[in-house]
Amino acid sequence: MQIPSLELLGQSLLSGLFIGGLYGLLGLGLSLSWGMLRQINLAHFALSFLGAYLTYQLSSSFGFDPLITLVIVAPGFFVFGMVMHWVFAKFKVTPFNSLLVTFGLTVIIESFIQWLWTADYRKLESHYADIKFKVGVMYIPLPELLTLLISVGLALATWAVLRYTPIGKAMRAMSENPRMAAAFGVNEPMLALLLSGAASAFAGVAGACLALSFTLAPSQIYAWIGVVFSAVMIGGLGNPVGPLIAGIVIGMSEAATMAVTAPAWAPLVSFSLLIAVLLLRPGKI
Amino acid sequence: MINFSSFSRRSVLALSALSALGLSASALAAPSGTPIKVGGTLALTGPLSATALIHKLVGEIYIEELNKKNGLLGRPVEWVLKDDQSKPDLARTLYEQIVTVDKADLLIGPYATANILSAMGVAQRYNKLLVHHTFGIPSLAKYDMQFPTWATGPSPEVTGPNLVFDALAAGPKPPKTIAIVTSKFPSVHFMSVGAREVAKKRGLTEVLYLEWDFGNRDFGAIASRLKEAKPDFIWGGVIALEGMLLLDAMKKIDYPAPQMFHFLPSPGPMLKSPDAKSALAMTIFEQHAPLMSNFGATEFAKIFNERAAKAGLPDTQVDTQAAASFAAWQVLEAAVNGAKSLDDKALAAWLKKNTVNTIQGPMRFDGVNNYGEDLSKVKQVQNGEWVVIWPRASAKPGVKHLLP
Repeated sequence: MQIPSLELLGQSLLSGLFIGGLYGLLGLGLSLSWGMLRQINLAHFALSFLGAYLTYQLSSSFGFDPLITLVIVAPGFFVFGMVMHWVFAKFKVTPFNSLLVTFGLTVIIESFIQWLWTADYRKLESHYADIKFKVGVMYIPLPELLTLLISVGLALATWAVLRYTPIGKAMRAMSENPRMAAAFGVNEPMLALLLSGAASAFAGVAGACLALSFTLAPSQIYAWIGVVFSAVMIGGLGNPVGPLIAGIVIGMSEAATMAVTAPAWAPLVSFSLLIAVLLLRPGKI
Repeated sequence: MINFSSFSRRSVLALSALSALGLSASALAAPSGTPIKVGGTLALTGPLSATALIHKLVGEIYIEELNKKNGLLGRPVEWVLKDDQSKPDLARTLYEQIVTVDKADLLIGPYATANILSAMGVAQRYNKLLVHHTFGIPSLAKYDMQFPTWATGPSPEVTGPNLVFDALAAGPKPPKTIAIVTSKFPSVHFMSVGAREVAKKRGLTEVLYLEWDFGNRDFGAIASRLKEAKPDFIWGGVIALEGMLLLDAMKKIDYPAPQMFHFLPSPGPMLKSPDAKSALAMTIFEQHAPLMSNFGATEFAKIFNERAAKAGLPDTQVDTQAAASFAAWQVLEAAVNGAKSLDDKALAAWLKKNTVNTIQGPMRFDGVNNYGEDLSKVKQVQNGEWVVIWPRASAKPGVKHLLP
């Protein structure tokens, strides 16, 4: 172990903050569908990558600004999410079975991506990638900053909707006790469709952010599952802000580990945190 | 350097016969009879799939061209190809199937070290010959009838780094300090550990040594540590996307990479990236003179370029992966034609005694663990293309030795 300079530590923590924002963004939709719809949607990661590839394609082939592609991708994914939930409801898919079904869906989407874009790497070349700000001795790259801002914005907006709007309150009631909520006139099937659509749309948004910062390959879908699951479980299921906070804690802890010791130790951080949370506050997940 | 004077008369005769076979192939009759089955797996899905696609394309091209000529021993050739999903355990199961259920006459290796090791175990159990193309740790290749066609020599962890450091030493500003940063991906890590030893012996001062788990997503802290260590030269034990991710992270903190070597980069994306200009890597073949005069290179490169473009590969040039794969098929064909047999022991005996002319150059299999000479070269991105710069005899005519 070495004592890092302040510049090294600061820049590393900043990097961890940004990657943590992406963990939170990827975890947002997953947390909502898991916590409020009781669907463990593994396909969320595949959808995010499908969104990333669509962003890549629309930007590379048609010259769309990567963020403008969300005007097309997010509504499309919203509809996909609604259809997916409709099918799940129709066949009464249990939470455990949803894990298996969505794993199958992940493989199908991965194959579809590979068929369309091949297994080779795709890199979105956008003007955002060249922009960075210097604050003191720290560098802040624009794509990562945008990802963090989008992640914070979406998490807070979702939290506000769930907490303060009638539709949000109805969703929470539906999540707590669907029968009781229905007795009070809550249209549970419709709200569930909307929630599933929103979760999928969030996957599309996360995909655009992935495309802004990362080189894409179909197999990368699986690289994010472990750490994002940790963020979601530490942050609390159904809690829109929790995965973001947990993601940032994980990202910054990993980055600090990499700054002071062997980077190979970094993955231990997220899973150690998860184990600690499971042991110390199991009822809160 | 290859010592041509050491070739036996028998080897030269074998080479001549093979060349003659190639030249007169078009005049031969179309193959007929029961197809000869060549069985193997590739990582068509999973994390290794991007590179395995190249091997699939090469195999398809080779089989097509072979069947347009006279096949093998006058019989058509069929490639029994299965998807091992980048998983060594699945590769083992599938090779069992290929031998016992599909009854393949010949075996060809899968992609990447771990999967090849699995296939090697099965080949050994059934006494089958295994020609393979991308094995990274020669000391583990103990099976007597395995034949590697990635011509790295028996000790690439020594000869490889020495080759790179020789190239640097012959450059305008030889480095005095080195940072070695490496993935823990098995064959990559093995080379980096070797580079560490070689660098120490050559008097380079190590200012940083870092390891990360394969699949690492955040390279920000690693880039910051490199920036702070200020090495003259970075040995990047990187595979696939890792090199690009590291370069991206370095760019984000305004740290232009000093001279940097990438062990197994994804060549296409690196060519397109302005951050990777003058990046160094190792190769066994690049599509330019004088290597294009190697056996079969011109014809193959033409077809591969077209087919790779059609398949949507970002990099359509023939380089290490395609050449290693092509050489495997060349070696298999040469062995069958040379031994005039499909008997695995006869084929293995023939390969041990003869030199096979391949796209990588003449290959021998008479050394430790059936390895011959290290035919590796050092390449660099110059003006948007990968060019060999070292050894000088293999360098593209007219290129600068080492761009800063």
